[in-house]
Amino acid sequence: MLSIKDLHASINGKEILKGVNLEIKPGEVHAIMGPNGAGKSTLAAVLAGRELFEVTKGEVIFEGKDLLDLAPEDRAREGIFLGFQYPIEIPGVSTVNFMKTAVNEHRKYKGLEPLKASDFLKLMRDKKALVEIDSKLTNRSVNEGFSGGEKKKNEIFQMAMLEPKLAILDETDSGLDIDALRVVANGVNKLKTPENSTIVITHYQRLLDYIVPDVVHVLFDGRIVKTAGKELALELEAKGYDWIKEELVK
Amino acid sequence: MAKEEQDKILDEVTQSDYKYGFSSDIDTDSIAKGLNEDVIRLISSKKNEPEFMLEFRLNAYRHWLTLKMPEWAHLDIPPIDYQEIIFYAAPVQKAKLESMDDVDPEIRATFDKLGIPLDEQKLLSNVAVDVVMDSSSVKTTFKEVLAEKGIIFCSFSDAVQDHPDLIQKYMGSVVSYRDNFFAALNSAVFSDGSFVYIPKGVRCPMELSTYFRINAENTGQFERTLIVCEDESYVSYLEGCTAPMRDENQLHAAIVEIIVKDNSEVKYSTVQNWYPGNKEGLGGIYNFVTKRGICEGVNSKLMWAQVETGSAVTWKYPSSILKGDGSSSEFYSVAVTNHHQQADTGTKMIHIGNNTKSTIISKGISAGKSNNSYRGLVKVVKNCEGARNFSQCDSLLLGDKCGAHTYPYLEVHNKSAKVEHEATTSKIGEDQIFYCNQRGISTEDAIGLIVNGYAKEVINKMPMEFAVEAQKLLAISLEGSVG
Ligand SMILES: Nc1ncnc2c1ncn2[C@@H]1O[C@H](COP(=O)(O)OP(=O)(O)O)[C@@H](O)[C@H]1O
Ligand SMILES: [Mg+2]
Repeated sequence: MLSIKDLHASINGKEILKGVNLEIKPGEVHAIMGPNGAGKSTLAAVLAGRELFEVTKGEVIFEGKDLLDLAPEDRAREGIFLGFQYPIEIPGVSTVNFMKTAVNEHRKYKGLEPLKASDFLKLMRDKKALVEIDSKLTNRSVNEGFSGGEKKKNEIFQMAMLEPKLAILDETDSGLDIDALRVVANGVNKLKTPENSTIVITHYQRLLDYIVPDVVHVLFDGRIVKTAGKELALELEAKGYDWIKEELVK
Repeated sequence: MAKEEQDKILDEVTQSDYKYGFSSDIDTDSIAKGLNEDVIRLISSKKNEPEFMLEFRLNAYRHWLTLKMPEWAHLDIPPIDYQEIIFYAAPVQKAKLESMDDVDPEIRATFDKLGIPLDEQKLLSNVAVDVVMDSSSVKTTFKEVLAEKGIIFCSFSDAVQDHPDLIQKYMGSVVSYRDNFFAALNSAVFSDGSFVYIPKGVRCPMELSTYFRINAENTGQFERTLIVCEDESYVSYLEGCTAPMRDENQLHAAIVEIIVKDNSEVKYSTVQNWYPGNKEGLGGIYNFVTKRGICEGVNSKLMWAQVETGSAVTWKYPSSILKGDGSSSEFYSVAVTNHHQQADTGTKMIHIGNNTKSTIISKGISAGKSNNSYRGLVKVVKNCEGARNFSQCDSLLLGDKCGAHTYPYLEVHNKSAKVEHEATTSKIGEDQIFYCNQRGISTEDAIGLIVNGYAKEVINKMPMEFAVEAQKLLAISLEGSVG
């Protein structure tokens, strides 16, 4: 599904990603952990096509296509979804209108007709129920005045609406209380199929109790320095990141 | 508005530049360029006007000669050579028109392209239309239906012929030719426009609308609109404006006068889309407009709603004089500037009567290298008790080469007045655009969404079908404004 080879990226001439390699197969859940500033959000943004970052080297193949060749909106339409660490507010644009535009753009890309208003509203209803989000939120402007937790829920709702092949969830757990965490994790789990894959970026082992990863990576200073099964998350939780640093020096 | 409609609009929006930029091949009757008393006499005689009209024009002209073009607006305008302008051009038509079928097919084709409901079937959509092309009114629809209620809706020229008493009574009563440079010029040379008269106790059953179109080359367009609402009456009026793309700047200087009597209400909506010039700033309309209404009667109401996307230069301050006790006025405006456009717009609210109320909502959107200024005056005179005003002036910037300026002027001479002013400036952020992109929405569509969201409060004040047009225009005029 996704193959990243020797990916280097920088911002304002400062190199952040220093050779990332990653392979993800359909149906897999990968967790990426690592200390603050390691480059986790940068990796997510580069995959989604944010032009702020310059890719200086490497390649990314997604479903047989050269991802780096595609505009950000086309990457989205190809099935890449980014759940933002800090979701953006868009005042004056209703969530309904926003999602309707997004869903119909995805459909157009696939050569499908726009959804009829009634079908769209039904889709909204179903997905709202699935991720347990309140209509009070979806009736408002996109993320405007939402609490941190509400914004994260709204990301999962949008993911449910767009049914991506690859979801990248950037610290979706941060700022959530335990109930909200459970709801968000449940939403992600319900949306899982044998075909689609998920990258969960997180600081904490906590989320991984609910979303169980197949593989755990540690990103450190712009490189993936360790890859193992889910037990790695527990080890990191217990020992912190310092021991990895020490291992690296050895 | 229906969401499908919005989506359709945004789809359409992705292709076009200025799509009203065609010109039509129509015979025009124009006079030689330049301005002097003989030209004014010629215009007046071509229009077969009564003596009082010629006198009014000549007085205005003589006054104009004593004036200089105003310089205080935040605008950079090259000198205008008034001897290079043709002051009268009218499409040639054979006889006076009785039915729609008599309208010159080329003219009809032009208006079809503009999407103006001239066809009989469109009459069902409940909009009566007066069309002013270059200087002359081409056709007013729906006249008979309106006449049954005693409503007069006709071209200004027809009104001069058929209702000279009303014209003589009200013309110049709100905007005197002494008011300003462009008001004097217009009063001297204006060629046509629209006249609306709503008798006492009548609610006008349909939207009244005028479309202004400049077609001929090197011509100026100078039209006047006069609306009189007697006691207990109501009308909703809309004007739309377009012009062909030409490399030279063309001059448009209009006057609008509105008189609102006891317990009456007027809604005046504008969708202004004069040709703004090309991306390098070549060509475009110079738009200098004096619009003013007087809420003369008790509890009378006047609402201005406008979406302005066109013109190379816009200079325009629709104003309300709140004279009747308990009268009120609202001003809702979206002004977009892109590329090299310059706009200096705003409003004036003059509180004279007791317990008068005004609301100002102004939304400026600037892109490219454009300059967008809001200039607003709220004045409360000494004897006015209990006046209230709320003003909100928001600016939205796209990119960092454009400018937005806000100049609120307050002149409050009575302590009982409550005047509030709020202002914000925001930017469409790269992060907002990327967020939309990441959901599969292109950058152009994202800007359309955000801008229409920002302008919603104003657009919602417009009659439905004009709101649709306004939304389209907003998105179109900002195309190519990011990156
Ligand atoms: N917009 C930006 N401008 C400059 N530096 C940035 C920007 N975004 C991220 N960085 C830098 O890139 C590095 C990695 O940041 P980030 O990818 O957000 O880390 P993580 O998500 O792992 O905490 C940090 O040193 C951060 O300061
Ligand atoms: Mg991060």
